Amino acid sequence: MNRRDSLKSLAFGSIGLGVLLEGCVSGVDSETVADSLKKFSYGRTPKEKEYDKLLFSKKCFTNNQMKLISEISNLILPPNEFGSINDAEVPELIEFMAKDIPSYETPLKEGLTALNQQSNIKFKKIFIDCDMIQQKSILDQMAYPDPDLSSSEQSKDVKWFSLFRNLTMTGYYTSKVGIEELGYKGNTPNVWDGVPQDVLDQYGLSYDKEWLDKCVDQTKRNEVAEWDKDGNLIT
Amino acid sequence: MQIKENLKEYDVIIVGSGAGGGMASKILSEAGLKIAIVEAGPFYDPANPDQMTQMKWAYDSPRRGAGTTRPFGDFDQAYGGWDIEGEPYTQKGESEFRWFRSRMLGGRTNHWGRISLRFGPEDFKKKSIDGLGDDWPIGYDDIKPYYDKVDKLIGVFGSKENLYNDPDGFFLPPPKPRLHELFYIKGARKSSVKVMPSRLSVLTKRINNERGVCFYCRQCARSCSVYADFSAGSCLIFPAQDNGGQIDLYVNSMVRTVTTNEEGKATGVSFINKEDRTEYKLKAKVVVLAASACSSARILLNSKSKQHPNGLGNSSDVVGKYLHDSTGGGRMAFLPELVDRKIYNEDGVGGMHVYSPWWLDNKNLNFPRGYHIEVWGGMGSPSYGSGFNVNDLNKFFGIKVGGYGDMLRTDMRKYYGTVVGMDGRGESIAMKSNYCEIDPDKVDEFGVPVLRFNYKWSNHEVNQAKHMQDTFEEIIHNMGGIALGDKPGINKNYGLTKPGEIIHEVGTTRMGSDPKTSVVNEFEQLHDVSNVFVVDAGPFVSQADKNPTWTIMALAWRTSDYIVDQFKKQNF
Repeated sequence: MNRRDSLKSLAFGSIGLGVLLEGCVSGVDSETVADSLKKFSYGRTPKEKEYDKLLFSKKCFTNNQMKLISEISNLILPPNEFGSINDAEVPELIEFMAKDIPSYETPLKEGLTALNQQSNIKFKKIFIDCDMIQQKSILDQMAYPDPDLSSSEQSKDVKWFSLFRNLTMTGYYTSKVGIEELGYKGNTPNVWDGVPQDVLDQYGLSYDKEWLDKCVDQTKRNEVAEWDKDGNLIT
Repeated sequence: MQIKENLKEYDVIIVGSGAGGGMASKILSEAGLKIAIVEAGPFYDPANPDQMTQMKWAYDSPRRGAGTTRPFGDFDQAYGGWDIEGEPYTQKGESEFRWFRSRMLGGRTNHWGRISLRFGPEDFKKKSIDGLGDDWPIGYDDIKPYYDKVDKLIGVFGSKENLYNDPDGFFLPPPKPRLHELFYIKGARKSSVKVMPSRLSVLTKRINNERGVCFYCRQCARSCSVYADFSAGSCLIFPAQDNGGQIDLYVNSMVRTVTTNEEGKATGVSFINKEDRTEYKLKAKVVVLAASACSSARILLNSKSKQHPNGLGNSSDVVGKYLHDSTGGGRMAFLPELVDRKIYNEDGVGGMHVYSPWWLDNKNLNFPRGYHIEVWGGMGSPSYGSGFNVNDLNKFFGIKVGGYGDMLRTDMRKYYGTVVGMDGRGESIAMKSNYCEIDPDKVDEFGVPVLRFNYKWSNHEVNQAKHMQDTFEEIIHNMGGIALGDKPGINKNYGLTKPGEIIHEVGTTRMGSDPKTSVVNEFEQLHDVSNVFVVDAGPFVSQADKNPTWTIMALAWRTSDYIVDQFKKQNF
């Protein structure tokens, strides 16, 4: 049983929850937990709700680590007119994922420590106290994977930064502000009626007449379907 | 342990509420029979706001929809997965069968792909064609009237194509292809691969005044709150209740055995209520198992008695044998032409608008059975994982990968909606040596002996998977795309999925005319016990290169008609 499994088995089983998340020591007050549960209502089963509650009730990072996470995320995606890493609640997501996918926890923490060690060696300051030029000089060393190596062969720093960048990017682009910035237009009731003509034109594509004749006539979508005996739609 | 007996006697107990159980509930209750449905999971209604996930945004989930607790992501409507806490299963030797279960009213029909394909005439007679496996005791003409009725009752979009082994039905009109699907059409045609509108049970047009019409959110996997896609609860069980059907619903109730009397006839079922962990007994004249192929086999094998020492219906020793799943293989590709594409809403229905049915003759190939190709891609709703490796595709343009800062925004936008994929889903050969059985050494959290699997793919499936990969590569090239990742080689079985991963497991209570080599007859009635039926995919003799659901329902309807007829003749 790996740690992920044992975590789940505890969360979903009947054993007490106190021994969980040994790396994530500090607790969260019950009011904040209740607020989180209220904020995220998304069709959970009772067991899933319990599991979420367990994760909300523990904190994985110290306040200083959270500040550092926010600092790095803001360097990865600086704020713009749509919003910021903090509007997108990226640090909160990273913290949650470190609990939800426990194999993330140690590498994330080690990477934060390593970053401060490097800034201490180079600039005699912790990362957050460095100016942006100094910060970037550190990040530049880990932000570009060696193209001749596979992802598992990259250095520890590069692997950590890739994970951190992935979490930051997904955190931002799955948030309200990020989705708006990307311009995703769906998740809304509509009557889809094919690729817009200007897009077809752009790619030199068109619908075959033969294919199109088989497709839905959206003006009749609300007429109840009836067929002749050979299966031809007559409404 | 104390066993509580319910004194009420039902006409029929139906175990499970998915495609087969849902259909049996509807037909049998509307014929006036008194029904009990016993479901292992909770009550579920896609329209219940407390359970609903449709139209949620990634940020409504604290993990942004990641698949930590549900294997297909937070919003997918299957309560369960391949691994369920407290309900283990084991393997024999090298076997790696993966058993997906969904514990809820409607079962896996709440999240399935809605791909609704009839089997064709050849699919029932494969042994006569290639000498492998067995023929079904019935043919296409026996089941065709039921496919027609299922089409009209439930609704499926598609098009008339006049293909012999992919028979047409009573179709609603299909949606127009999306942009990446037009690229696929172009590439497939250039590769001489047949391509046509897909066939999904999604209402592109009104089918009755009770159910809504599709509003194109691409979220069928979340189960439709206006009932515009097929789920067994919304389309069969709830309507049957509304039509005055006498249905008692027992939820969170895990059936352990079918109970029998001195004559060896079934008397009902015993089940464990998951809430009070107490065992209950229910009585009925007829028991219909629809718990899913492996669960029904498990119940039969666990139902040992003096009269049925080898398990119920198992005098042939065939229960659990001939287990087979569809094969699977896939490949992703980057379409450079789509870089920086215009963004518009192209959600469409919850699945592909076009697909390729099997297009070749196996006589000329080194594997005996075919596969169909499913296509995916487009500008989907961002969820956990979107933005990972944001500019990996830079390598195709000789630009540095990685970095940070505002350039990542440009990369995110540039590559959005440029990746497509295709998946092959093929027919495997049913073999006696692939099976599930009772593990003598292990029980689940309710004390019920669990299943142990023994499954190994043969060269038939491996060669087919190789053909899939070669085909994908050629189509990708002809679409103007660049195949991503490494092509899986022989050391990876050419990317062949593990058995069970495609979630089309069938064959464990197979149908036949000979009681020595099959478990049920053509009416899915146990050869050994005349008042027990199996209406899930257990009775399938062979799986075809299609998806099983439409055939499960057509057969369940045919069986239900037979049960009603037998009640009229007072044979139970």
